[in-house]
Amino acid sequence: MSRKIVMPFGPQHPVLPEPIHLDLVLEDEAVVDVIPSIGYIHRGLETLVAKREFTEYVYVAERTCGICSFIHGMTYCQGVEQVMDIEVPPRALYLRTIWSEYSRLHSHLLWLGLFADAMGFENLFMNSWRLRENVLDVLEDTTGGRVIQGSCKIGGVRKDISTEKLGIMAADLDDFESRLSELTEVFLEDDSIKSRLVGVGKLSRSEAYDLGASGPTARGSGVDIDIRKTGYAAYRDLRFTPVTETSGDCYARCAVRARELFGSIDLIRQAIEKIPEGEIDVKVKGNPDGEYFSRAEQPRGELVHYVRGDGSKHLVRSRIRTPTLTNIPPLIKMLRGCELADVPVVVLSIDPCIGCMER
Amino acid sequence: MKIEEQRTTFITVENLIGQVEKFRTDGYRLVQVNCTKIGEQFEINYSFEKEYTFENLRIVIEPETEVPSITGMFWGAFVYENEMHDLFGVQVRGMNIDFRGTFIRTSVPYPFKNPVFKGEGPCQEK
Repeated sequence: MSRKIVMPFGPQHPVLPEPIHLDLVLEDEAVVDVIPSIGYIHRGLETLVAKREFTEYVYVAERTCGICSFIHGMTYCQGVEQVMDIEVPPRALYLRTIWSEYSRLHSHLLWLGLFADAMGFENLFMNSWRLRENVLDVLEDTTGGRVIQGSCKIGGVRKDISTEKLGIMAADLDDFESRLSELTEVFLEDDSIKSRLVGVGKLSRSEAYDLGASGPTARGSGVDIDIRKTGYAAYRDLRFTPVTETSGDCYARCAVRARELFGSIDLIRQAIEKIPEGEIDVKVKGNPDGEYFSRAEQPRGELVHYVRGDGSKHLVRSRIRTPTLTNIPPLIKMLRGCELADVPVVVLSIDPCIGCMER
Repeated sequence: MKIEEQRTTFITVENLIGQVEKFRTDGYRLVQVNCTKIGEQFEINYSFEKEYTFENLRIVIEPETEVPSITGMFWGAFVYENEMHDLFGVQVRGMNIDFRGTFIRTSVPYPFKNPVFKGEGPCQEK
């Protein structure tokens, strides 16, 4: 019988963009157990509700994550709007949807690049991030910010997109989509990538559901949950089907994200086609008094912003539950039984965002 | 217009395990567990979802009350329970993985236990 040893993985590791520590219990080269540790970059953002008025806190909410900052800001605003019964103008809801989907494109392309890098495929990494630059350019053109957009506020949005610009964005999507097809074909068809991903880090459907997996991690195991189906923002007016795969391995999670890129392009096209004319914000009067669990589908999965007000200008509580936190228990299950050499790929397959998770 | 209806049921600590077990056997998934300090008490919400129906169980406890862990029914709940302990100091009994206060590393223990609002802290007095 082999001797068990404990090997630390992280918090600093070449494939980890952010710090997470895993104690890997190994028997020869096989991982038999995993103990995760987080907490290296806890910033205490949630306590800032005590220092910032509820209208200002949107800036804090946006800075929870540097990748899907827009969706954090929007989910927070949506929560306060639900508490205060604010009717957001339809045009603002469509603009939020468009920016959310561009954020998803940006996040998935960033992840595909990092994933390629983790597999040692440098050229594919560079190609993914080259395409991502086009998305960042659109976000910068329309909001003024590449990383932190700052375009969402309680009651609507701060910036409009002209009809002319929307037309240019729609036209540019055709070329972008064809270049995306070339890129994703490599991820989904290349033999060396398949040999690295197929059958690695398996998570069954029941395990994914029971352990609380979220987003592409859940959908890669056949769990058909996508919070956009609740119809927030303009999603109730748009047609889409959540992307699912059934094999539950690293390849399935990669395939879900690759296919979701095309789903986002389709949603942006629909939103541009249907966006109504009109106001982009309404005046907010009074202070929030009540509570709401605001939910949205981040690129990594279900995001929850719990907001609780007591009628004063400061919220009593803001709680941000990010998808990475809920994907940690499924990650432990995926890693048990895998080979040590596969650990980096399996960890990255949940698309961990530690800054987001620790707030 | 409400995006979704969110029902909250108030229960006692003694009924927590039985109620959570019901959600588990009915096929709900655990969405999140969170703690809020209201006055001198803590309010803990357990959120579940099934087919986009969102439900909450809520308990209100005193600071010294020990809460039973739900990790026997929802294995992944240890992330929320450890977080609740590390940030608010809520004592949770019987967690499957107990980090004993090291899950979220903070410079001061239980930083969310006594939040300081604007105007209340020493900096505002200078």
